[in-house]
Amino acid sequence: MLALSLVALAFGLFWLFWIILTLLVKGAGALSLSLFLESTPPPGGQGGLLNAILGSVMMAAVGTLIGTPIGILAGTFLAEYGKRGWLAPATRFLNDVLLSAPSIIIGLFIYAVYVAQVGHYSGWAGALALAILVIPVVVRSTDNMLLLVPNSLREAAAALGCPQWRIVTKICYRAAISGIITGVLLAIARIAGETAPLLFTALNNQFLSGNMNAPMANLPVVIFQYAASPFKDWNDLAWAGAVLITLLVLAINIAARALFRK
Amino acid sequence: MNPNRNAFMDVLFKNITRAFAFFVFILLAAIMVSLIYGSRESISTFGLGFLWSDEWNPVTNQYGALVPIIGTLVTSLVALVIAVPVSFGIAMFLTELSPAWLRRPLGTAIEMLAAIPSIIYGMWGLFVFVPLFQEYIQPNVIALFEPIPVLNHVFAGPPFGIGVFTAGLILSVMVIPFITAVMRDVFELVPPLLKESAYGLGGTTWEVVWKVVLPYTKHGVIGGIMLGLGRALGETMAVTFVIGNAFNLPQSIFAPSNSIASALANEFNEAGGMQKSALLELGLILFLITTIVLALSKVLLLRLSKAEGSSR
Repeated sequence: MLALSLVALAFGLFWLFWIILTLLVKGAGALSLSLFLESTPPPGGQGGLLNAILGSVMMAAVGTLIGTPIGILAGTFLAEYGKRGWLAPATRFLNDVLLSAPSIIIGLFIYAVYVAQVGHYSGWAGALALAILVIPVVVRSTDNMLLLVPNSLREAAAALGCPQWRIVTKICYRAAISGIITGVLLAIARIAGETAPLLFTALNNQFLSGNMNAPMANLPVVIFQYAASPFKDWNDLAWAGAVLITLLVLAINIAARALFRK
Repeated sequence: MNPNRNAFMDVLFKNITRAFAFFVFILLAAIMVSLIYGSRESISTFGLGFLWSDEWNPVTNQYGALVPIIGTLVTSLVALVIAVPVSFGIAMFLTELSPAWLRRPLGTAIEMLAAIPSIIYGMWGLFVFVPLFQEYIQPNVIALFEPIPVLNHVFAGPPFGIGVFTAGLILSVMVIPFITAVMRDVFELVPPLLKESAYGLGGTTWEVVWKVVLPYTKHGVIGGIMLGLGRALGETMAVTFVIGNAFNLPQSIFAPSNSIASALANEFNEAGGMQKSALLELGLILFLITTIVLALSKVLLLRLSKAEGSSR
Protein backbone atom coordinates (compact mmCIF):
# COMPACT_ATOMS: atom_id res chain seq x y z
CA MET A 1 0.00 0.00 0.00
CA LEU A 2 2.65 2.48 1.07
CA ALA A 3 4.93 1.36 -1.74
CA LEU A 4 2.19 1.67 -4.35
CA SER A 5 1.17 5.14 -3.29
CA LEU A 6 4.82 6.21 -3.16
CA VAL A 7 5.19 5.02 -6.74
CA ALA A 8 2.13 7.08 -7.72
CA LEU A 9 3.51 10.13 -5.97
CA ALA A 10 6.90 9.66 -7.62
CA PHE A 11 5.15 9.38 -11.01
CA GLY A 12 3.48 12.76 -10.47
CA LEU A 13 6.55 14.54 -9.13
CA PHE A 14 8.78 13.01 -11.82
CA TRP A 15 7.01 14.95 -14.61
CA LEU A 16 6.94 18.17 -12.62
CA PHE A 17 10.67 18.13 -11.99
CA TRP A 18 11.50 16.95 -15.49
CA ILE A 19 9.52 19.79 -17.07
CA ILE A 20 10.93 22.45 -14.77
CA LEU A 21 14.46 21.14 -15.24
CA THR A 22 14.08 21.18 -19.04
CA LEU A 23 12.79 24.74 -18.93
CA LEU A 24 15.69 25.90 -16.77
CA VAL A 25 18.29 24.18 -18.96
CA LYS A 26 16.85 25.24 -22.32
CA GLY A 27 15.60 28.65 -21.26
CA ALA A 28 18.45 29.84 -19.08
CA GLY A 29 20.71 30.20 -22.12
CA ALA A 30 18.06 32.11 -24.02
CA LEU A 31 17.28 34.59 -21.25
CA SER A 32 18.94 37.94 -21.81
CA LEU A 33 18.23 41.61 -21.49
CA SER A 34 17.41 41.92 -25.19
CA LEU A 35 14.32 39.76 -24.58
CA PHE A 36 12.74 42.73 -22.84
CA LEU A 37 14.11 45.42 -25.14
CA GLU A 38 13.54 44.15 -28.68
CA SER A 39 10.54 42.90 -30.61
CA THR A 40 10.13 39.54 -32.30
CA PRO A 41 12.58 39.26 -35.21
CA PRO A 42 12.02 38.20 -38.83
CA PRO A 43 13.24 34.66 -39.61
CA GLY A 44 16.97 34.36 -39.08
CA GLY A 45 17.28 37.66 -37.22
CA GLN A 46 18.04 38.49 -33.64
CA GLY A 47 15.39 39.92 -31.39
CA GLY A 48 13.40 39.71 -28.23
CA LEU A 49 9.87 39.34 -26.99
CA LEU A 50 9.04 42.94 -26.06
CA ASN A 51 5.91 43.17 -28.25
CA ALA A 52 4.63 39.83 -26.98
CA ILE A 53 5.24 40.71 -23.34
CA LEU A 54 3.55 44.09 -23.76
CA GLY A 55 0.55 42.53 -25.51
CA SER A 56 0.20 39.78 -22.93
CA VAL A 57 0.38 42.23 -20.03
CA MET A 58 -2.15 44.61 -21.62
CA MET A 59 -4.66 41.90 -22.49
CA ALA A 60 -4.30 40.15 -19.14
CA ALA A 61 -4.73 43.48 -17.33
CA VAL A 62 -7.83 44.47 -19.29
CA GLY A 63 -9.25 40.96 -19.00
CA THR A 64 -8.74 41.00 -15.24
CA LEU A 65 -10.20 44.51 -14.92
CA ILE A 66 -13.34 43.44 -16.80
CA GLY A 67 -13.70 40.00 -15.25
CA THR A 68 -12.95 40.77 -11.61
CA PRO A 69 -15.83 43.18 -10.82
CA ILE A 70 -18.32 40.96 -12.65
CA GLY A 71 -17.05 37.94 -10.76
CA ILE A 72 -17.02 39.63 -7.35
CA LEU A 73 -20.54 41.05 -7.74
CA ALA A 74 -21.97 37.77 -9.03
CA GLY A 75 -20.23 35.88 -6.23
CA THR A 76 -21.63 38.39 -3.72
CA PHE A 77 -25.15 37.63 -4.90
CA LEU A 78 -24.58 33.87 -4.55
CA ALA A 79 -23.23 34.14 -1.01
CA GLU A 80 -25.18 37.05 0.46
CA TYR A 81 -28.56 37.06 -1.30
CA GLY A 82 -28.78 33.51 -2.60
CA LYS A 83 -30.36 31.78 0.36
CA ARG A 84 -33.75 31.81 -1.34
CA GLY A 85 -34.75 31.48 -4.96
CA TRP A 86 -33.53 29.45 -7.91
CA LEU A 87 -30.99 31.84 -9.41
CA ALA A 88 -28.16 31.35 -6.92
CA PRO A 89 -28.02 27.54 -6.87
CA ALA A 90 -28.47 27.36 -10.64
CA THR A 91 -25.75 29.96 -11.23
CA ARG A 92 -23.40 28.23 -8.80
CA PHE A 93 -23.89 24.98 -10.73
CA LEU A 94 -23.38 26.53 -14.17
CA ASN A 95 -20.41 28.55 -12.93
CA ASP A 96 -18.67 25.35 -11.88
CA VAL A 97 -19.28 23.93 -15.35
CA LEU A 98 -17.95 27.14 -16.90
CA LEU A 99 -14.87 26.93 -14.67
CA SER A 100 -13.74 23.73 -16.40
CA ALA A 101 -15.16 24.41 -19.88
CA PRO A 102 -12.52 24.11 -22.62
CA SER A 103 -10.81 27.46 -23.08
CA ILE A 104 -10.74 27.02 -26.87
CA ILE A 105 -14.55 27.14 -26.83
CA ILE A 106 -14.37 30.54 -25.13
CA GLY A 107 -12.13 31.63 -28.01
CA LEU A 108 -14.70 30.39 -30.54
CA PHE A 109 -17.47 32.20 -28.64
CA ILE A 110 -15.68 35.56 -28.70
CA TYR A 111 -14.78 34.95 -32.34
CA ALA A 112 -18.45 34.39 -33.18
CA VAL A 113 -19.90 37.30 -31.18
CA TYR A 114 -17.11 39.87 -31.57
CA VAL A 115 -14.39 39.15 -34.15
CA ALA A 116 -16.78 37.96 -36.86
CA GLN A 117 -19.05 40.96 -36.30
CA VAL A 118 -16.28 43.58 -36.23
CA GLY A 119 -14.44 41.88 -39.07
CA HIS A 120 -10.90 41.81 -37.68
CA TYR A 121 -8.85 40.22 -34.91
CA SER A 122 -8.02 42.54 -32.04
CA GLY A 123 -6.51 42.92 -28.61
CA TRP A 124 -9.95 43.82 -27.24
CA ALA A 125 -11.31 40.46 -28.38
CA GLY A 126 -8.40 38.69 -26.67
CA ALA A 127 -9.02 40.64 -23.47
CA LEU A 128 -12.74 39.74 -23.58
CA ALA A 129 -11.93 36.04 -23.99
CA LEU A 130 -9.57 36.24 -21.00
CA ALA A 131 -12.23 38.10 -18.98
CA ILE A 132 -14.64 35.21 -19.52
CA LEU A 133 -11.98 32.86 -18.14
CA VAL A 134 -11.44 35.13 -15.12
CA ILE A 135 -15.13 35.35 -14.18
CA PRO A 136 -15.82 31.77 -12.99
CA VAL A 137 -12.62 31.63 -10.90
CA VAL A 138 -13.46 34.89 -9.13
CA VAL A 139 -17.15 33.96 -8.68
CA ARG A 140 -16.17 30.69 -7.07
CA SER A 141 -13.60 32.15 -4.68
CA THR A 142 -15.75 35.18 -3.72
CA ASP A 143 -18.72 32.92 -3.04
CA ASN A 144 -16.69 30.50 -0.92
CA MET A 145 -14.88 33.21 1.01
CA LEU A 146 -18.03 35.20 1.81
CA LEU A 147 -19.71 32.02 3.04
CA LEU A 148 -16.81 31.58 5.47
CA VAL A 149 -17.50 34.97 7.10
CA PRO A 150 -19.21 34.17 10.41
CA ASN A 151 -22.87 35.19 10.55
CA SER A 152 -22.36 36.75 13.98
CA LEU A 153 -20.45 39.59 12.28
CA ARG A 154 -23.42 40.32 10.01
CA GLU A 155 -25.86 40.07 12.90
CA ALA A 156 -23.81 42.37 15.10
CA ALA A 157 -23.72 45.01 12.36
CA ALA A 158 -27.43 44.62 11.64
CA ALA A 159 -28.20 45.03 15.33
CA LEU A 160 -26.35 48.35 15.28
CA GLY A 161 -28.67 49.48 12.48
CA CYS A 162 -26.33 49.00 9.55
CA PRO A 163 -28.15 48.56 6.24
CA GLN A 164 -27.42 45.35 4.37
CA TRP A 165 -25.42 46.85 1.50
CA ARG A 166 -23.09 48.47 4.07
CA ILE A 167 -22.77 45.15 5.87
CA VAL A 168 -21.66 43.47 2.66
CA THR A 169 -19.31 46.19 1.46
CA LYS A 170 -17.86 47.32 4.79
CA ILE A 171 -17.80 44.13 6.81
CA CYS A 172 -18.05 40.98 4.71
CA TYR A 173 -15.67 42.19 1.99
CA ARG A 174 -13.14 43.24 4.60
CA ALA A 175 -13.33 39.92 6.38
CA ALA A 176 -12.97 37.98 3.14
CA ILE A 177 -10.51 40.26 1.34
CA SER A 178 -7.47 37.98 1.42
CA GLY A 179 -9.48 35.07 0.02
CA ILE A 180 -10.96 37.21 -2.73
CA ILE A 181 -7.53 38.55 -3.71
CA THR A 182 -6.24 34.98 -3.77
CA GLY A 183 -9.00 34.12 -6.22
CA VAL A 184 -8.08 37.06 -8.46
CA LEU A 185 -4.40 36.09 -8.36
CA LEU A 186 -5.24 32.51 -9.32
CA ALA A 187 -7.36 33.84 -12.17
CA ILE A 188 -4.44 35.96 -13.40
CA ALA A 189 -2.16 32.93 -13.19
CA ARG A 190 -4.65 30.97 -15.24
CA ILE A 191 -5.01 33.52 -18.05
CA ALA A 192 -1.29 34.32 -18.19
CA GLY A 193 -0.55 31.04 -19.94
CA GLU A 194 -3.74 30.56 -21.92
CA THR A 195 -3.09 30.13 -25.62
CA ALA A 196 -6.20 28.58 -27.11
CA PRO A 197 -8.64 31.48 -26.48
CA LEU A 198 -6.19 33.98 -28.00
CA LEU A 199 -5.62 32.09 -31.25
CA PHE A 200 -8.95 33.17 -32.76
CA THR A 201 -9.24 36.54 -31.03
CA ALA A 202 -5.96 38.44 -30.62
CA LEU A 203 -4.06 36.40 -33.23
CA ASN A 204 -0.51 37.77 -33.31
CA ASN A 205 1.43 40.80 -34.42
CA GLN A 206 5.00 40.90 -35.64
CA PHE A 207 5.52 44.47 -34.48
CA LEU A 208 5.47 46.44 -31.26
CA SER A 209 1.98 47.83 -30.89
CA GLY A 210 -0.12 49.11 -28.01
CA ASN A 211 -3.23 49.36 -30.18
CA MET A 212 -5.89 47.16 -28.63
CA ASN A 213 -8.08 47.54 -31.70
CA ALA A 214 -5.64 45.67 -33.94
CA PRO A 215 -4.23 42.13 -33.84
CA MET A 216 -1.96 41.94 -30.83
CA ALA A 217 1.19 39.95 -30.09
CA ASN A 218 1.09 37.82 -26.97
CA LEU A 219 3.54 35.41 -25.37
CA PRO A 220 1.56 32.16 -25.63
CA VAL A 221 0.75 32.47 -29.34
CA VAL A 222 4.32 33.58 -30.11
CA ILE A 223 5.57 30.49 -28.27
CA PHE A 224 3.15 28.32 -30.25
CA GLN A 225 4.20 29.72 -33.61
CA TYR A 226 7.93 29.95 -32.89
CA ALA A 227 8.21 26.50 -31.31
CA ALA A 228 6.78 24.92 -34.46
CA SER A 229 9.03 26.92 -36.79
CA PRO A 230 12.17 25.57 -38.48
CA PHE A 231 14.39 28.49 -37.41
CA LYS A 232 16.69 27.95 -34.47
CA ASP A 233 16.56 31.60 -33.31
CA TRP A 234 12.77 31.38 -33.16
CA ASN A 235 12.90 28.09 -31.25
CA ASP A 236 15.25 29.67 -28.69
CA LEU A 237 12.88 32.60 -28.28
CA ALA A 238 10.00 30.15 -27.77
CA TRP A 239 11.92 28.44 -24.96
CA ALA A 240 12.77 31.80 -23.40
CA GLY A 241 9.10 32.77 -23.49
CA ALA A 242 8.16 29.40 -22.02
CA VAL A 243 10.50 29.94 -19.08
CA LEU A 244 9.17 33.46 -18.48
CA ILE A 245 5.54 32.33 -18.46
CA THR A 246 6.10 29.24 -16.33
CA LEU A 247 8.14 31.07 -13.70
CA LEU A 248 5.57 33.85 -13.58
CA VAL A 249 2.63 31.46 -13.25
CA LEU A 250 4.31 29.31 -10.59
CA ALA A 251 5.35 32.44 -8.66
CA ILE A 252 1.79 33.84 -8.69
CA ASN A 253 0.41 30.49 -7.56
CA ILE A 254 2.82 30.24 -4.66
CA ALA A 255 2.27 33.88 -3.69
CA ALA A 256 -1.50 33.36 -3.74
CA ARG A 257 -1.20 30.37 -1.43
CA ALA A 258 1.10 32.25 0.95
CA LEU A 259 -1.31 35.19 1.05
CA PHE A 260 -4.29 32.96 1.73
CA ARG A 261 -2.60 31.18 4.60
CA LYS A 262 -1.96 34.42 6.47
CA MET B 1 -27.56 58.45 7.07
CA ASN B 2 -30.92 59.12 5.53
CA PRO B 3 -33.05 55.94 5.90
CA ASN B 4 -34.66 56.44 2.48
CA ARG B 5 -31.29 56.58 0.83
CA ASN B 6 -30.22 53.40 2.60
CA ALA B 7 -33.36 51.57 1.54
CA PHE B 8 -32.70 52.67 -2.03
CA MET B 9 -29.06 51.59 -1.88
CA ASP B 10 -30.07 48.23 -0.43
CA VAL B 11 -32.37 47.53 -3.35
CA LEU B 12 -29.86 48.91 -5.86
CA PHE B 13 -26.91 46.88 -4.56
CA LYS B 14 -28.90 43.68 -4.36
CA ASN B 15 -30.16 44.08 -7.91
CA ILE B 16 -26.75 44.94 -9.31
CA THR B 17 -25.31 41.76 -7.84
CA ARG B 18 -28.36 39.85 -9.09
CA ALA B 19 -27.85 41.22 -12.60
CA PHE B 20 -24.24 40.03 -12.67
CA ALA B 21 -25.21 36.62 -11.27
CA PHE B 22 -27.77 36.41 -14.06
CA PHE B 23 -25.06 37.35 -16.56
CA VAL B 24 -22.96 34.38 -15.40
CA PHE B 25 -26.11 32.25 -15.49
CA ILE B 26 -26.82 32.99 -19.15
CA LEU B 27 -23.18 32.85 -20.27
CA LEU B 28 -23.24 29.10 -20.95
CA ALA B 29 -26.49 29.42 -22.89
CA ALA B 30 -25.05 32.33 -24.88
CA ILE B 31 -21.98 30.27 -25.80
CA MET B 32 -24.18 27.43 -26.98
CA VAL B 33 -26.47 29.70 -29.03
CA SER B 34 -23.52 31.44 -30.70
CA LEU B 35 -21.97 28.08 -31.64
CA ILE B 36 -25.25 26.76 -33.05
CA TYR B 37 -25.71 29.98 -35.00
CA GLY B 38 -22.14 29.86 -36.34
CA SER B 39 -22.49 26.25 -37.48
CA ARG B 40 -25.99 26.52 -39.03
CA GLU B 41 -24.63 26.10 -42.57
CA SER B 42 -22.83 22.88 -41.70
CA ILE B 43 -25.73 21.53 -39.63
CA SER B 44 -28.23 22.06 -42.44
CA THR B 45 -25.88 20.64 -45.14
CA PHE B 46 -24.58 17.52 -43.42
CA GLY B 47 -27.34 16.86 -40.90
CA LEU B 48 -26.80 14.11 -38.35
CA GLY B 49 -24.49 12.24 -40.75
CA PHE B 50 -21.82 14.76 -39.69
CA LEU B 51 -21.39 12.72 -36.52
CA TRP B 52 -20.36 9.45 -38.18
CA SER B 53 -18.72 10.53 -41.42
CA ASP B 54 -14.94 10.13 -41.32
CA GLU B 55 -14.32 12.34 -44.31
CA TRP B 56 -12.63 15.71 -43.83
CA ASN B 57 -11.86 17.15 -47.22
CA PRO B 58 -11.56 20.90 -47.77
CA VAL B 59 -11.15 20.31 -51.54
CA THR B 60 -14.52 18.65 -52.07
CA ASN B 61 -16.02 20.55 -49.11
CA GLN B 62 -17.12 17.34 -47.41
CA TYR B 63 -16.79 17.31 -43.64
CA GLY B 64 -17.47 14.74 -40.94
CA ALA B 65 -16.69 14.69 -37.25
CA LEU B 66 -15.95 11.01 -36.66
CA VAL B 67 -12.13 11.20 -36.66
CA PRO B 68 -11.78 14.09 -34.21
CA ILE B 69 -14.54 12.71 -31.98
CA ILE B 70 -12.83 9.29 -31.80
CA GLY B 71 -9.44 10.95 -31.30
CA THR B 72 -10.79 13.11 -28.46
CA LEU B 73 -12.44 10.15 -26.73
CA VAL B 74 -9.48 7.77 -27.12
CA THR B 75 -6.87 10.26 -25.87
CA SER B 76 -9.07 11.10 -22.88
CA LEU B 77 -9.60 7.40 -22.17
CA VAL B 78 -5.83 6.75 -22.23
CA ALA B 79 -5.39 9.74 -19.92
CA LEU B 80 -7.93 8.40 -17.42
CA VAL B 81 -6.52 4.86 -17.46
CA ILE B 82 -3.18 6.30 -16.36
CA ALA B 83 -4.34 9.19 -14.20
CA VAL B 84 -7.01 7.51 -12.07
CA PRO B 85 -4.83 4.92 -10.31
CA VAL B 86 -1.98 7.43 -9.94
CA SER B 87 -4.29 10.10 -8.48
CA PHE B 88 -5.80 7.52 -6.15
CA GLY B 89 -2.34 6.56 -4.91
CA ILE B 90 -1.30 10.17 -4.40
CA ALA B 91 -4.54 11.09 -2.60
CA MET B 92 -4.19 8.00 -0.44
CA PHE B 93 -0.64 8.90 0.47
CA LEU B 94 -1.50 12.50 1.28
CA THR B 95 -4.53 11.70 3.43
CA GLU B 96 -3.62 8.42 5.14
CA LEU B 97 0.05 7.62 5.00
CA SER B 98 2.15 10.75 4.76
CA PRO B 99 3.80 12.28 7.82
CA ALA B 100 1.93 15.49 8.65
CA TRP B 101 4.84 17.82 7.87
CA LEU B 102 5.17 16.44 4.34
CA ARG B 103 1.51 16.88 3.38
CA ARG B 104 1.57 20.55 2.53
CA PRO B 105 4.76 20.68 0.40
CA LEU B 106 3.89 17.50 -1.49
CA GLY B 107 0.29 18.58 -1.97
CA THR B 108 1.42 21.96 -3.31
CA ALA B 109 3.92 20.30 -5.66
CA ILE B 110 1.16 18.13 -7.16
CA GLU B 111 -1.08 21.19 -7.48
CA MET B 112 1.70 22.93 -9.40
CA LEU B 113 1.20 20.37 -12.18
CA ALA B 114 -2.12 22.12 -12.79
CA ALA B 115 -0.48 25.54 -12.82
CA ILE B 116 1.96 24.82 -15.67
CA PRO B 117 0.34 26.25 -18.82
CA SER B 118 -0.88 23.74 -21.35
CA ILE B 119 1.34 25.11 -24.12
CA ILE B 120 4.40 24.32 -21.98
CA TYR B 121 3.28 20.70 -21.70
CA GLY B 122 2.86 20.55 -25.46
CA MET B 123 6.21 22.10 -26.28
CA TRP B 124 8.04 20.02 -23.71
CA GLY B 125 6.24 16.91 -24.95
CA LEU B 126 7.17 17.48 -28.58
CA PHE B 127 10.79 18.51 -28.12
CA VAL B 128 11.89 16.57 -25.04
CA PHE B 129 9.59 13.64 -24.41
CA VAL B 130 8.74 12.54 -27.97
CA PRO B 131 12.33 11.98 -29.21
CA LEU B 132 13.25 9.90 -26.14
CA PHE B 133 9.99 7.97 -26.27
CA GLN B 134 10.39 7.29 -29.98
CA GLU B 135 13.94 6.08 -29.70
CA TYR B 136 14.06 4.10 -26.46
CA ILE B 137 10.59 3.13 -25.29
CA GLN B 138 8.24 2.81 -28.23
CA PRO B 139 10.23 0.22 -30.30
CA ASN B 140 10.59 -1.98 -27.22
CA VAL B 141 6.91 -1.80 -26.39
CA ILE B 142 5.98 -2.63 -29.98
CA ALA B 143 8.42 -5.58 -29.97
CA LEU B 144 7.15 -6.74 -26.59
CA PHE B 145 3.52 -7.01 -27.72
CA GLU B 146 4.36 -8.32 -31.20
CA PRO B 147 3.68 -12.02 -30.42
CA ILE B 148 0.51 -11.40 -28.39
CA PRO B 149 -2.75 -11.46 -30.40
CA VAL B 150 -5.11 -8.45 -30.05
CA LEU B 151 -2.49 -6.46 -28.13
CA ASN B 152 -0.18 -6.51 -31.16
CA HIS B 153 -2.83 -4.50 -33.00
CA VAL B 154 -3.35 -2.10 -30.12
CA PHE B 155 0.39 -1.41 -29.81
CA ALA B 156 1.29 -1.60 -33.50
CA GLY B 157 4.10 0.51 -34.98
CA PRO B 158 5.73 2.30 -36.68
CA PRO B 159 7.23 4.34 -33.82
CA PHE B 160 6.51 7.97 -34.74
CA GLY B 161 6.83 9.22 -31.19
CA ILE B 162 3.84 11.47 -31.66
CA GLY B 163 0.35 9.98 -31.69
CA VAL B 164 -2.69 9.09 -29.64
CA PHE B 165 -0.81 7.44 -26.78
CA THR B 166 1.67 10.31 -26.31
CA ALA B 167 -1.22 12.78 -26.24
CA GLY B 168 -3.04 10.61 -23.69
CA LEU B 169 0.05 10.29 -21.50
CA ILE B 170 0.64 14.05 -21.40
CA LEU B 171 -3.08 14.62 -20.75
CA SER B 172 -2.88 12.20 -17.86
CA VAL B 173 -0.14 14.26 -16.20
CA MET B 174 -2.28 17.38 -16.71
CA VAL B 175 -5.44 15.94 -15.11
CA ILE B 176 -3.72 14.17 -12.20
CA PRO B 177 -3.79 17.31 -10.00
CA PHE B 178 -7.53 17.82 -10.59
CA ILE B 179 -8.53 14.23 -9.80
CA THR B 180 -6.13 14.13 -6.85
CA ALA B 181 -7.54 17.35 -5.37
CA VAL B 182 -11.13 16.05 -5.45
CA MET B 183 -10.11 12.65 -4.06
CA ARG B 184 -8.18 14.29 -1.22
CA ASP B 185 -11.16 16.48 -0.36
CA VAL B 186 -13.64 13.63 -0.30
CA PHE B 187 -11.33 11.24 1.57
CA GLU B 188 -11.05 13.82 4.30
CA LEU B 189 -14.84 13.82 4.65
CA VAL B 190 -14.82 10.24 5.94
CA PRO B 191 -15.60 10.41 9.67
CA PRO B 192 -12.51 9.38 11.66
CA LEU B 193 -14.79 7.20 13.78
CA LEU B 194 -15.48 4.90 10.82
CA LYS B 195 -11.80 4.52 9.95
CA GLU B 196 -10.73 4.06 13.56
CA SER B 197 -13.33 1.35 14.07
CA ALA B 198 -12.01 -0.49 11.03
CA TYR B 199 -8.43 -0.13 12.22
CA GLY B 200 -9.54 -1.23 15.68
CA LEU B 201 -10.93 -4.43 14.21
CA GLY B 202 -7.46 -5.15 12.87
CA GLY B 203 -7.90 -3.84 9.32
CA THR B 204 -4.81 -3.04 7.28
CA THR B 205 -4.51 0.36 5.61
CA TRP B 206 -5.46 -1.26 2.32
CA GLU B 207 -8.58 -2.87 3.81
CA VAL B 208 -9.66 0.35 5.49
CA VAL B 209 -9.26 2.30 2.26
CA TRP B 210 -10.86 -0.32 0.02
CA LYS B 211 -13.76 -1.33 2.28
CA VAL B 212 -14.49 1.82 4.29
CA VAL B 213 -13.11 4.96 2.64
CA LEU B 214 -13.92 4.14 -0.99
CA PRO B 215 -17.50 2.92 -0.44
CA TYR B 216 -18.19 6.00 1.69
CA THR B 217 -16.82 8.38 -0.94
CA LYS B 218 -17.68 6.58 -4.20
CA HIS B 219 -19.88 9.36 -5.60
CA GLY B 220 -17.20 11.93 -4.89
CA VAL B 221 -14.47 9.79 -6.41
CA ILE B 222 -16.48 9.24 -9.59
CA GLY B 223 -17.26 12.97 -9.63
CA GLY B 224 -13.54 13.70 -9.46
CA ILE B 225 -12.82 11.30 -12.30
CA MET B 226 -15.52 12.96 -14.40
CA LEU B 227 -13.98 16.36 -13.66
CA GLY B 228 -10.65 15.02 -14.93
CA LEU B 229 -12.39 13.63 -18.01
CA GLY B 230 -14.01 17.00 -18.69
CA ARG B 231 -10.61 18.66 -18.48
CA ALA B 232 -8.95 16.08 -20.73
CA LEU B 233 -11.63 16.28 -23.43
CA GLY B 234 -11.19 20.00 -23.99
CA GLU B 235 -7.44 20.31 -23.56
CA THR B 236 -6.07 22.02 -26.65
CA MET B 237 -2.48 23.14 -26.89
CA ALA B 238 -0.74 20.16 -25.28
CA VAL B 239 -2.62 17.74 -27.55
CA THR B 240 -2.09 19.87 -30.65
CA PHE B 241 1.68 19.56 -30.33
CA VAL B 242 1.86 15.79 -29.96
CA ILE B 243 -1.19 14.10 -31.51
CA GLY B 244 0.09 14.38 -35.10
CA ASN B 245 -2.91 16.23 -36.54
CA ALA B 246 -3.73 13.59 -39.14
CA PHE B 247 -7.35 13.23 -40.17
CA ASN B 248 -7.18 9.43 -39.97
CA LEU B 249 -8.91 7.03 -37.65
CA PRO B 250 -6.13 5.75 -35.36
CA GLN B 251 -5.26 2.19 -36.42
CA SER B 252 -3.29 1.62 -33.23
CA ILE B 253 -2.66 3.48 -30.02
CA PHE B 254 0.67 4.78 -31.38
CA ALA B 255 -0.83 6.15 -34.62
CA PRO B 256 -1.23 9.89 -35.23
CA SER B 257 -4.80 11.15 -35.26
CA ASN B 258 -6.64 14.35 -34.37
CA SER B 259 -8.83 15.68 -31.59
CA ILE B 260 -11.62 18.23 -31.80
CA ALA B 261 -9.66 20.88 -29.93
CA SER B 262 -6.48 20.41 -31.95
CA ALA B 263 -8.39 20.43 -35.26
CA LEU B 264 -9.83 23.78 -34.19
CA ALA B 265 -6.46 25.17 -33.14
CA ASN B 266 -4.83 24.13 -36.40
CA GLU B 267 -7.45 24.90 -39.01
CA PHE B 268 -9.83 27.55 -37.75
CA ASN B 269 -7.85 30.65 -38.70
CA GLU B 270 -7.14 29.43 -42.24
CA ALA B 271 -10.65 28.12 -42.83
CA GLY B 272 -13.47 29.90 -44.62
CA GLY B 273 -17.07 29.28 -45.59
CA MET B 274 -18.25 25.73 -45.07
CA GLN B 275 -15.03 24.60 -43.38
CA LYS B 276 -15.35 27.31 -40.74
CA SER B 277 -18.95 26.33 -40.17
CA ALA B 278 -17.99 22.66 -39.84
CA LEU B 279 -15.25 23.58 -37.35
CA LEU B 280 -17.75 25.59 -35.31
CA GLU B 281 -19.99 22.53 -35.29
CA LEU B 282 -17.03 20.49 -33.99
CA GLY B 283 -16.68 23.10 -31.25
CA LEU B 284 -20.38 22.76 -30.49
CA ILE B 285 -20.01 18.97 -30.16
CA LEU B 286 -17.02 19.38 -27.84
CA PHE B 287 -18.91 21.94 -25.77
CA LEU B 288 -21.94 19.65 -25.44
CA ILE B 289 -19.84 16.62 -24.44
CA THR B 290 -17.76 18.51 -21.85
CA THR B 291 -20.80 20.31 -20.42
CA ILE B 292 -22.63 17.01 -19.91
CA VAL B 293 -19.56 15.36 -18.35
CA LEU B 294 -18.86 18.31 -16.06
CA ALA B 295 -22.52 18.63 -15.05
CA LEU B 296 -22.60 14.90 -14.16
CA SER B 297 -19.42 15.37 -12.15
CA LYS B 298 -20.99 18.26 -10.26
CA VAL B 299 -24.20 16.31 -9.55
CA LEU B 300 -22.19 13.41 -8.12
CA LEU B 301 -20.14 15.72 -5.91
CA LEU B 302 -23.27 17.51 -4.68
CA ARG B 303 -24.83 14.16 -3.82
CA LEU B 304 -21.82 13.34 -1.68
CA SER B 305 -22.01 16.58 0.27
CA LYS B 306 -25.72 15.98 0.91
CA ALA B 307 -25.06 12.46 2.17
CA GLU B 308 -22.39 13.83 4.44
CA GLY B 309 -24.87 16.28 5.93
CA SER B 310 -27.43 13.57 6.74
CA SER B 311 -27.09 11.77 10.04
CA ARG B 312 -26.02 8.20 9.76
